[in-house]
Amino acid sequence: MSTPIIFNTLHFDQPWTLENYLKVGGYKALRKVLAEKMLPEAIIAEVKASGLRGRGGAGFPTGLKWSFMPRNYQGDKYLVCNSDEGEPGTCKDRDILRYNPHMLIEGMAIAAYTMSVKTGYNYIHGEIFEAYERMEAACEEARKAGYLGQNILGSDFEFDLHNHLGYGAYVCGEETALLESIEGKKGQPRFKPPFPATFGLYGKPTTINNTETFASIPYIINNGGQQFADLGVPNSGGIKLFSVSGHVNNPGNFEVPMGTPFKTLLEMAGGVRGGNKLKAVIPGGSSMPVLPGEIMMDLNMDFDSIQKAGSYLGTGAIIVMDETTCMVKALERLSYFYFEESCGQCTPCREGTGWLYRIVHRIEHGEGRPEDLDLLLDLCNNIAGRTICALGDAAAWPVQGFLKHYRKEFEYHIEHKRCLV
Amino acid sequence: MLSDQIQANIERELKKYPADQRQSAVMAALRFVQDEKGWIAPEDMADIAAYIGMPQMAVFEVATFYHMYKLKPMGEYTLTVCTNLSCQLSGVNETLLHLKNKLGIGLGEITADGKFGLREGECMGACVDAPMFTINNKKLCGRLTGEKIDQILAELSAGGQGGKQ
Repeated sequence: MSTPIIFNTLHFDQPWTLENYLKVGGYKALRKVLAEKMLPEAIIAEVKASGLRGRGGAGFPTGLKWSFMPRNYQGDKYLVCNSDEGEPGTCKDRDILRYNPHMLIEGMAIAAYTMSVKTGYNYIHGEIFEAYERMEAACEEARKAGYLGQNILGSDFEFDLHNHLGYGAYVCGEETALLESIEGKKGQPRFKPPFPATFGLYGKPTTINNTETFASIPYIINNGGQQFADLGVPNSGGIKLFSVSGHVNNPGNFEVPMGTPFKTLLEMAGGVRGGNKLKAVIPGGSSMPVLPGEIMMDLNMDFDSIQKAGSYLGTGAIIVMDETTCMVKALERLSYFYFEESCGQCTPCREGTGWLYRIVHRIEHGEGRPEDLDLLLDLCNNIAGRTICALGDAAAWPVQGFLKHYRKEFEYHIEHKRCLV
Repeated sequence: MLSDQIQANIERELKKYPADQRQSAVMAALRFVQDEKGWIAPEDMADIAAYIGMPQMAVFEVATFYHMYKLKPMGEYTLTVCTNLSCQLSGVNETLLHLKNKLGIGLGEITADGKFGLREGECMGACVDAPMFTINNKKLCGRLTGEKIDQILAELSAGGQGGKQ
């Protein structure tokens, strides 16, 4: 394995300290940007050249997103980091917050410089309070050392970063719900347009990126966008953190180049538990359609490869299921999740997620009806694409994916009132 | 009436936000009350509304929208167990059964001595450490086994922190 880029402090006993971050070249990129007075256009050009695409699930090109911020806007603008990591299977950002918080701070400071922003917020998933405390301490450390605050590193650049703790709402991972939440409201997504770049936090221009996205920035500035791009494959630049959970011997987060074969990642995670046969894999977080194991074994982990196979890379969260898994039971839990987490704003999602859950629940409990499978698909078509945010799609895609590849298992459940496995 | 400590904590949070955006501190304010009292009563919401300067209804909306707020007493130590897919695949149903047997309570209940409460949670964003629970929304205990759970419960019963990770 080559030297890690984001997990570059993991060999220290206390990977999270400023002292250790500086030992591995920390804040060199910010220093360079300020010393050379790099032009925002030049920074954005590097980020575009890096091929960096949003690591929060949607994969939107980061450089392009940054270019949307109005450069000459007079007044407050905001930078927001989305660390509200609650997509089942995903837990990579937690390790950045816990183990390399200064890399995130440096990446955000460079982004803030590029878009002339003075204030940033880092919205952290409520359940990982220890990571929030770690971030609070790191920001304080950075302030004292002159990496945050006024006159950063003796320049006239000013930027401060604050942490905001969520408190248990998956939908706040949606960027406009997250903004509502920072404003002290229920986390209900906003209509778009207007997009956050024009009407964001407190109605001001705002850019929101994922934790891992920001953490990728220092390397890009230090080494040039092209070098980052070359680490990965065309259309999926750079390295990526993958969370591998479920039926593996050694679950964990792994930093590998984009385009790494799934087979390799599975080996890194110790293989399927107990030497069992691989049955199915969700390749990008629970919302992404499930794929059969034999298809996954031939796939590489990058945006295009996974999409060609009928799913999405999403957050890079890989949930592994072995031959003992009942697919009806697995889908039942996921459908309950979306039902529980629907914010209730749009009727198709609020009502539809309840329908999906109740139908899968009755199939799992031996009360399914022959017409249920078509009813589920019909419901999906009436939810996906008909709601303000993507939670509706996120509820429908797993149902469609499970039925596409494992319909027989569902039919068996309905007919025999018990499980096939 | 909010305690001096809670007021001081809210003041510290308010500094994070623009002076005219005091409502941004409401989530933290509710958390401070819950940490001190164990749960949030309607009177607490009224106090927070008055202190921050926002409608009481808006505080109620926030308190009821986010799962981690407790609107009824849930024991001195509330254990919230994630039952989502990665945890389910990693045996959380056995974890939950062990907890229920050990504590003699079901989900949403508290032990007779008021020491422990059990809640079901949604994805905690730590799936590689499945199965897991949090203690009072503060400490995340992962890779749980029957033995590890017994040890944590014993530590908590003895007034300790529970779990050493």
